[in-house]
Amino acid sequence: MEKKELKSLQAFATKIRLAALDAIHSIGQGHIGGAFSIADTLAVLYGREMQVRPADPGWPDRDKLVVSKGHAGPAVYGTLALMGFFPYGELKTLNRGGTRLPSHCDRNKTPGVDVTTGSLGQGTSQAAGVALGDQLKGRKSRTFLIVGDGEAQEGQCWEAFEFAAAKKLGNLVVFIDWNKRQLDGYLDEVLPMGDFAKKMEAFGFDTVTVDGGDVEAIAAALERTRAGGEKPYAIVLDSIKGHGVKEVEETRGNHSMPVNDERYARWSDELKEQIAALEA
Amino acid sequence: MKQIVYNGETDPRLCKEVLAATIANLAEHDPDVIFLDADLMSCSGTQKWAKEHPDRAIDCGIAEANMAGVAAGLAIAGFKPIIHSFGPFASRRCYDQIFLSGGYAKNDITVIGTDPGVTATMNGGTHMPFEDVALYNVLPGATVIDASDPTCLESVLRQCVNRKGIKYIRVGRKQMAKIYAEGSELEIGKAVTLKEGTDAVVFAAGIMLHEALQAAQALEKEGVSAAVVDCFTIKPLDADAVEAWAKKTGAVVVAENANRHGGLYGMILEVLGERCPVPAACVAVEDEFGEVGKQDYLQARFGLTAAHIVEQVKKVLARK
Repeated sequence: MEKKELKSLQAFATKIRLAALDAIHSIGQGHIGGAFSIADTLAVLYGREMQVRPADPGWPDRDKLVVSKGHAGPAVYGTLALMGFFPYGELKTLNRGGTRLPSHCDRNKTPGVDVTTGSLGQGTSQAAGVALGDQLKGRKSRTFLIVGDGEAQEGQCWEAFEFAAAKKLGNLVVFIDWNKRQLDGYLDEVLPMGDFAKKMEAFGFDTVTVDGGDVEAIAAALERTRAGGEKPYAIVLDSIKGHGVKEVEETRGNHSMPVNDERYARWSDELKEQIAALEA
Repeated sequence: MKQIVYNGETDPRLCKEVLAATIANLAEHDPDVIFLDADLMSCSGTQKWAKEHPDRAIDCGIAEANMAGVAAGLAIAGFKPIIHSFGPFASRRCYDQIFLSGGYAKNDITVIGTDPGVTATMNGGTHMPFEDVALYNVLPGATVIDASDPTCLESVLRQCVNRKGIKYIRVGRKQMAKIYAEGSELEIGKAVTLKEGTDAVVFAAGIMLHEALQAAQALEKEGVSAAVVDCFTIKPLDADAVEAWAKKTGAVVVAENANRHGGLYGMILEVLGERCPVPAACVAVEDEFGEVGKQDYLQARFGLTAAHIVEQVKKVLARK
């Protein structure tokens, strides 16, 4: 990857974190850890990989994104706002009555959100259905699915994975956001999930593991998936919950955190410094 | 066009044959219709057609929750999915997925739940849904159908594929009493008067229509004039018809092949309570789980016979 593109994607990812932080700060609390851990992936998807039209969010031939860990909504909304699907200022309506930006992703409310998620596990089957439907309709569209590592404790995920492999959905790319933490603590304390890469491989996926904070590695993994074929793809993101802001990373219970004005000032300054350095 | 031809005889067609033929016909005429099953295509009668049309019939294996979610995804991609499993698996087993990925997310899905209530017979209690109606009744915007006979099934299914929201159709796979002439069209949300009457009204659905009509004939011989109304659409209930018949007769009995709580009886009591309080009673399954047996045994065991309806009509008349 050219250095210019690399820096641009890194800056995009950092702006997504800042946008998610702006949204969460506006309401005072939110799912910051899992939003930050997928920011780099969202930056690569929207900055490089996915075919979408912000002015025509319902374009049938678009690539679709299913964020099955629907509580990462603020990161998705930040991305969509930065892409021009809706005004950036709307991020400050997060979770307010009547908003188009609810805590969990809703296809009927937010321009650019393809699938309604929030009840963990349910995005996986819907993603398989979308990918199958696009195949049957003869579309070249691809479907990208982001699943949380804790979410993978839901049995429905594995029903969907076996279905995707059995139906040869080579137009489906599944990310497992292996950020090691869930609401009650570390996965290894709550319910250890073992080796995700081996599991996905065993379920019939063409699987790689990458650093979830490395946009270049994510981009390279995604380039492989363009070939399509008969196997669905899995990309295990070896990620850090809360990635991008040191204090958030180091907070044990960072699934949902209060963001008061003092924290916001500190964390947003950290992100803004990163952006400035990348854009210098 | 609708013609009532009930004479106590059985429609020679198996419901599953009509189900499969209707799905095949719908798919033939509408490229967006797609059928999904959970390893029960041979039970739904669709297997032969499905093998010939692999792009229109998806066997999802024994994974109903995933099937419901896949159906929602197919709806997003522009399809009109029809999914099938046995009643308990088409309701309890995948309820959260139908509720959220389907209903809440505004992905329209038609759900067929076969072998409702005691029609599950030899499969027994694990396969015998008395609660499917109640579950779907509280899914916002859902359409809930207890099919009267094969003709009703075909007519309703044709409407459901193009209807918004979640549509749940419960129907047995075997034969049923013939209520309507083949080709009759029933309108979802409109109850049908099968027999006029002046002393009491029996609102019934599904297999209980035959029992209700038999009961009405028996009552007639005893000088009691009981109307029988087909409430194949449990939701949206034809509240105007319920109110009109309650006012006309002043005595109501509801007969359903389901738990007495949360089903047709409850829906009708809501209307009576709000619009026309009159004495009412039900012939339904008490608050119990199912069990194994032949259908006639189970109908007697759970109190779902014409004799039980006669008894309840007399009791309700005494309270007028």
